[in-house]
Amino acid sequence: MSPAGRIKKKLRWSNLYTFSCLRPHVLESEGPHSLGGPGFSRVVHCNQPRVHRRKPLKYPTNYITTTKYNIITFLPKAIFEQFRRVANVYFLMAAILSLTPVAPFSAVSMIAPLAFVVGLSMAKEALEDWRRFIQDMKVNSRKISIHKGNGIFAYKTWQKIRVGDIVKVEKDQFFPADLLLLSSSYEDGICYVETMNLDGETNLKVKRCLEVTLPLDEDGAFGDFTGTIRCEDPNPSLYTFVGSLEYDRQVFALDPNQILLRDSKLRNTAYVYGVVIFTGPDSKVMQNSTKSPSKRSRIERKMDYVIYFLFTLLVLISLISSIGFAVKTKFDMPKAWYLQPNNTTNLYDPSRPAVAGIFHLVTALILYGYLIPISLYVSIEVVKVLQAMFIDQDLLMYDEETGKPALARTSNLNEELGQVDTILSDKTGTLTCNQMDFLKCSIAGVSYGVSSSEVEIAAAKQMASDLDGENSEISGMSMHNRSIQDPWDNSRVDLVESEIELETVVTSKDEKERKPMIKGFSFQDSRLMNGNWLKEPNADVMLFFFRILAVCHTAIPELNEETGSFNYEAESPDEGAFLVAAREFGFEFCRRTQTSVFIRERSTSGHPVEREFKLLNLLEFSSKRKRMSVIVQDEDGQIFLFCKGADSIIFDRLAKNGRRFEEDTTKHLNEYGESGLRTLALAYKKLEEPEYSAWNSEFLRAKTTIGSDREAMLERVSDMMERDLILVGATAVEDKLQKGVPQCIDKLAQAGLKIWVLTGDKMETAINIGYACSLLRQGMKQICITTMNTDLLGQDAKKAVKENILMQITNASQMIKLEKDPHAAFALVIDGKTLVYALEDDMKHQFLSLAVDCASVICCRVSPKQKALVTRLVKEGTGKTTLAIGDGANDVGMIQEADIGVGISGVEGMQAVMASDFAIAQFRFLERLLVVHGHWCYKRIAQMICYFFYKNIAFGLTLFYFEAYTGFSGQSVYDDWYMLLFNVLLTSLPVISLGAFEQDVSSEVCLQFPALYQQGPRNLFFDWYRIFGWMANGLYSSLIIFFLNINIFSDQAFRAGGQTSDMSAVGTTMFTCIIWAVNCQIALTMSHFTWIQHLFVWGSIGSWYIFLVLYGMTSPTISGSAFQILVEALAPAPIYWSATLLVTIACNLPYLAHISFQRSFNPMDHHVIQEIKYYKKDVEDQHMWKRERSKARQKTKIGFTARVDAKIRHLKGKLQKKYITV
Amino acid sequence: MEYCDRQVRIARRKCCHQPPNLGKRKRRAAFVVWEEGDDLDLQEAIWTCKNGQIQRRHPSIRSGGEIETKIEKREKEGKKRKIPKKKDLVEMTSKGAMSSGGGDDASAARRNSKKPQYSRFTQQELPACKPILTPGWVITIFIFVGIIFIPIGLASLFASERVVEIVDQYDKDCVPNKYSEDMVGFIQSSETNKTCSRTLTVPKLMKSPVYVYYQLDNFYQNHRRYVKSRSDKQLRSSAYEKDTSTCSPEATTADGSPIVPCGLIAWSLFNDTYGFSVNDKALEVSKKNIAWKSDQDYKFGSDVFPKNFQNGSLIGGAKLNSSIPLSEQEDLIVWMRTAALPTFRKLYGRIEEDLEANEKITVEIQNNYNTYAFGGNKRLVLSTTSWIGGKNDFLGVAYLLVGGLCLFLAISFILMYVIKPRPLGDPSFLSWNRNPAGHFN
Repeated sequence: MSPAGRIKKKLRWSNLYTFSCLRPHVLESEGPHSLGGPGFSRVVHCNQPRVHRRKPLKYPTNYITTTKYNIITFLPKAIFEQFRRVANVYFLMAAILSLTPVAPFSAVSMIAPLAFVVGLSMAKEALEDWRRFIQDMKVNSRKISIHKGNGIFAYKTWQKIRVGDIVKVEKDQFFPADLLLLSSSYEDGICYVETMNLDGETNLKVKRCLEVTLPLDEDGAFGDFTGTIRCEDPNPSLYTFVGSLEYDRQVFALDPNQILLRDSKLRNTAYVYGVVIFTGPDSKVMQNSTKSPSKRSRIERKMDYVIYFLFTLLVLISLISSIGFAVKTKFDMPKAWYLQPNNTTNLYDPSRPAVAGIFHLVTALILYGYLIPISLYVSIEVVKVLQAMFIDQDLLMYDEETGKPALARTSNLNEELGQVDTILSDKTGTLTCNQMDFLKCSIAGVSYGVSSSEVEIAAAKQMASDLDGENSEISGMSMHNRSIQDPWDNSRVDLVESEIELETVVTSKDEKERKPMIKGFSFQDSRLMNGNWLKEPNADVMLFFFRILAVCHTAIPELNEETGSFNYEAESPDEGAFLVAAREFGFEFCRRTQTSVFIRERSTSGHPVEREFKLLNLLEFSSKRKRMSVIVQDEDGQIFLFCKGADSIIFDRLAKNGRRFEEDTTKHLNEYGESGLRTLALAYKKLEEPEYSAWNSEFLRAKTTIGSDREAMLERVSDMMERDLILVGATAVEDKLQKGVPQCIDKLAQAGLKIWVLTGDKMETAINIGYACSLLRQGMKQICITTMNTDLLGQDAKKAVKENILMQITNASQMIKLEKDPHAAFALVIDGKTLVYALEDDMKHQFLSLAVDCASVICCRVSPKQKALVTRLVKEGTGKTTLAIGDGANDVGMIQEADIGVGISGVEGMQAVMASDFAIAQFRFLERLLVVHGHWCYKRIAQMICYFFYKNIAFGLTLFYFEAYTGFSGQSVYDDWYMLLFNVLLTSLPVISLGAFEQDVSSEVCLQFPALYQQGPRNLFFDWYRIFGWMANGLYSSLIIFFLNINIFSDQAFRAGGQTSDMSAVGTTMFTCIIWAVNCQIALTMSHFTWIQHLFVWGSIGSWYIFLVLYGMTSPTISGSAFQILVEALAPAPIYWSATLLVTIACNLPYLAHISFQRSFNPMDHHVIQEIKYYKKDVEDQHMWKRERSKARQKTKIGFTARVDAKIRHLKGKLQKKYITV
Repeated sequence: MEYCDRQVRIARRKCCHQPPNLGKRKRRAAFVVWEEGDDLDLQEAIWTCKNGQIQRRHPSIRSGGEIETKIEKREKEGKKRKIPKKKDLVEMTSKGAMSSGGGDDASAARRNSKKPQYSRFTQQELPACKPILTPGWVITIFIFVGIIFIPIGLASLFASERVVEIVDQYDKDCVPNKYSEDMVGFIQSSETNKTCSRTLTVPKLMKSPVYVYYQLDNFYQNHRRYVKSRSDKQLRSSAYEKDTSTCSPEATTADGSPIVPCGLIAWSLFNDTYGFSVNDKALEVSKKNIAWKSDQDYKFGSDVFPKNFQNGSLIGGAKLNSSIPLSEQEDLIVWMRTAALPTFRKLYGRIEEDLEANEKITVEIQNNYNTYAFGGNKRLVLSTTSWIGGKNDFLGVAYLLVGGLCLFLAISFILMYVIKPRPLGDPSFLSWNRNPAGHFN
């Protein structure tokens, strides 16, 4: 399969939401595939694993390895990985050249730092890989029972399993490989499987074996069992399988129902037997393990440009030096007899200055290598790991309920969290819990259910407070009873708070009241409960309704030993809610066999009657079909088709006589949708025996077809059956909002973030959730862009539709442009169908510009692929950082596409988390992740990188200046060891502490002033102005350090003892000055000193002196000219100390003056807040503090606060009017 | 400038007026009220509900307080219990209300296994100093630096002024006129008489010791080829006599036996000599202890004697007495410490007598060293020293300049501040107040 095809495929199987699993899919490839043809060539000889030890049927063993390296490949591979970085290659070249006489330094001083840096990164790789290896070994050495021959089974490790083996898997064991289910402990050969490790779904799935293999249900039966399986080649599609089993000289078709996948777990079944089909790397789960695309942060990408700039600078000054050297060699060298110019090699040959110059270019490129910070990448890596650790460890992002902490899965995007501009959020599972409560239903045109949804409560409250503003205003003021100078501002704040509080209190109270009630069931209506429904007029229709609820599903009942009631393992929470509802209504689904469903019906008399429904056919749900049906035969022999599905689909398929309740039901459905409920329509159809059997034979034919067109055939046949239905009613299920979502959205909006909701739900539901989250509010102008219904066909229709959409977009843009009111807010609502057109190349930019102008955007009915496309459009169209957050497999595309992908590690699947960069347990933690951690990480990394450039320029350029004094000969003034330690030890720890621990303001202030977050998206700390400012600072420092020292130590004696300074004395003093200057610089940069920073900054300076003393004590053959330099020569000389003081102060003076001036006359927000905190003004003048907190957010157009603001404006306007009239 | 966060911050506020035995729900509601209504460091706070009051304290408080002592006790007991946090308390209370029995203790424990351990480090709550640059501090710093620097500068200048220095450039004058066109020829010839006499006048009293230097310029002792051309091992011990690999091109003689000391540096040893006399009375020049002690003791071996030195076809500079070990050859030791810059002085000797003002000193120079080829100058320098070493006005001037600049900055800050003051922590300077039209631009 082509790579493009595979990607497409991935999107396809990820688009199964809510009802997902086991769903056959049409294969991408066209035309029928015969088994044995390309892609379907696998042959498995059951019970003959020996056959598979030889070619051509030699398949891999079940040994798996997820490691990147092994012992032999580790070194070459890991080294190759390391030297894919340009900077490292450069340093490697330098290290190699340092072994030649070209090098200005000793070889060790070039090789040691490189070895350190590369070694550290490789050690990290090795450690990670070792962990993976241990993990693999654990898995590989699990034991499983394998058939050894003659019907005897024995335990062996997983890794020894081969294709063709018969294995016996016992309860709660994992399947060691992909198996074909032969039989189980149940008579009918079903087994229950938990696929948590595959797709994260916790509900159980049923697998059924072929009838023909049913007798193979004991060890002894396998003594002489043989068979041949022909099937597809290994592929990553979890939900498809095409193959056949040749057994007893007959061929049976296989489908995914018989396939047990590796890493899923056997549940509720004592044991199963299976034949190994795919082992180890061939198994579907291993085929599925893909790496998420590697993402790089904006800052890092920009940093690359700075590195290129520095490289250019490096080449430039190297060229200057080599030209200088060539000139010097040609003209001055012949005269300098003390250099023996006539007795030279190429390096210094005055007769061939060009050659000498070219050699010198290499020397210079190595010499000035200190301009490129070799330790930058390593330091950044260390810092990011620390930052990620802080994110993982944050208790305030730990979810007690699920027991999941936040998780930074990749650490290289930490700083990107501080620059997010647009959040694209999934709805289900992200904003809402995906916990369904059966709330209302409409049966036979009558709506039942009186309790209202949380969304309704929230919406009603909002409406009330919107309309009834004045009262709440006054009550708000009196409630908080403060000395008020600025009533509007103040009361506004109070109001917001009180409302948020109120909501919390109200909802928690609600929860508690509901608690004793049944999970998934919030229905309240005495007309239906306790068998009262029999008294309702259309009781016969109701019976159908309840039976459909109880029968039409794929769930499995599980008896709860304690309570005696049933729990249901359903594929989707909706289904679970239906079954709970059916149970409460008196139709308890209690047993399922391969062929039947048993319902315990309780009528008024109380005696439960168990009824059996023979399950004839199951037409499964798929997101494409949007419906599922079962064909059952009741005890009277009557055949019914029960169907539930999306209302639009069902309504299209109604019989003429089945539309009795259509009008009323539609009305109710609209009502439910408006209150944010999920709806499904229920219908049935009575079948006559001949009609059914005719259809069934066709269905069976379709089912036994082999090849890829089977799916299409099945669909067509199913479609034939699901017609002429009779509408019974509709259900409404509430999708609960997650905790803290409205507050979090409010805060994020205050931080200036735009929030888009992309959901697969329908427009009404999406709008309702929008209201509940305050993404929409009363008075907001809603722009709905929809596709007009057209009966035209073909090109014309498409063209017309496009034109229509374009017109809608242009009109809306026009409207926004003409809007005079600065407070007006617009909301854009668009559905998936329209989005198909809007995302086309010729229209997407208009669409985007409209969307950007709107305060909130809600896209409904979007497919996973469209989610990814919208994300790409926003990312590429606006050029700003996007964050996608979602929880399900359908969000994977979006998560991978966005600059940052955040997965909700809640109860739903793991696929989103596996694809994400960060995982959090709840949506509300996003606030802290962005506003606190993102803000900090952005500032830390930005400052850190700037400082790195500064320090390396300040150091590197002094080498260049010195060159001019040595005839550009390539001699360095510093000892090799000084330079070696500069990046590795003497300046690296402070910058790491800056990167890991700096806090401009505390986390509380970050949360209280979300507006501070805007410093990130506006990139105030890593713009070119700042980068070049720091570089200029480095240039200045290098000049000061070099020329002051050179002049101070020019030619006269530097000690009272008359000794003059030599190169090592000048070099060491200069280096001391550099250490002081750069470390004082970083101290000035920091605004947050814990003991760690103090230790690192001042310790670095101290360690320089310690090093100097120790180094001076080593044998002179090692220390060379630095022997006893500090103790004997420098420390007793006052001029050494006074030069250090002078240079350090002079280096930092301009920066100090600059930041003082900035702070005093042009303060940034965090400066002012630091001062307020410093003087505790926030405690003294709480009124001011609150006022500022509220002001910081006044520009937002969405969220709770914005809504209250809008209301206050409205009231103010009214008052003004009154005033004028008076 | 510094302000440490450890200040006691007691936040105690009445928030519910019910009797102590509050219902759990009400208490929880009260917490919620608190949660939203307060501005102080929420995360750092410890919450308790006591006597109908919600109390909260900063965990770093170490002074007094009942709650505090309790916590301290707990810590001392060594139980690594997390300091309860507001969320947990809410959780606890709500759990208490909800949980049906003790049955889910086990599951709770399992769930909590992933719970991050509380520590101030991981929660990024380590006590910290958060210094900010207030104008007061800025001005103080500048004035302080100025006040420190100006006296140092003055002291340096004063010390430099006290140093008496006589510099005499003799390279041109010591070449007889007839050779003025061919100075290189003169210096390279072995026939010519290189003795030269100079007279120096002492400008001021020069207290002993008076140091004698020779100064060369345009001599690249820091040239890489030159610097590298030596063998520290060979200099140090006779055992490494043959260790001349780094000495190219002066490593071995034509027949391959090693030169000691090898290398260009030693080979080009300075060989002018000076004899001093005042009023025809010879001035003793001490040539002892002019090298660094450590060089003599550790770097130049007492068992290493010059060998094959200056025997080749190319004669560089001075010859060495092969009967004196290297550790005693102080001129060589001084020379071997390569200078940082192409202009440098090296110590020649010491005159241990005071030289009176206006005394005439006659110097007998043996002008042997060839600086003429590369256009370098030779100077003879007599200098006294002070604590800053030789004459060095630059240091003092630089100190005065930086100090002056600091004072200037301090004054300009004060002026600017008088003209356009900004109250610290004035919220009107927040971006949303300064630019109300839209700070999100």
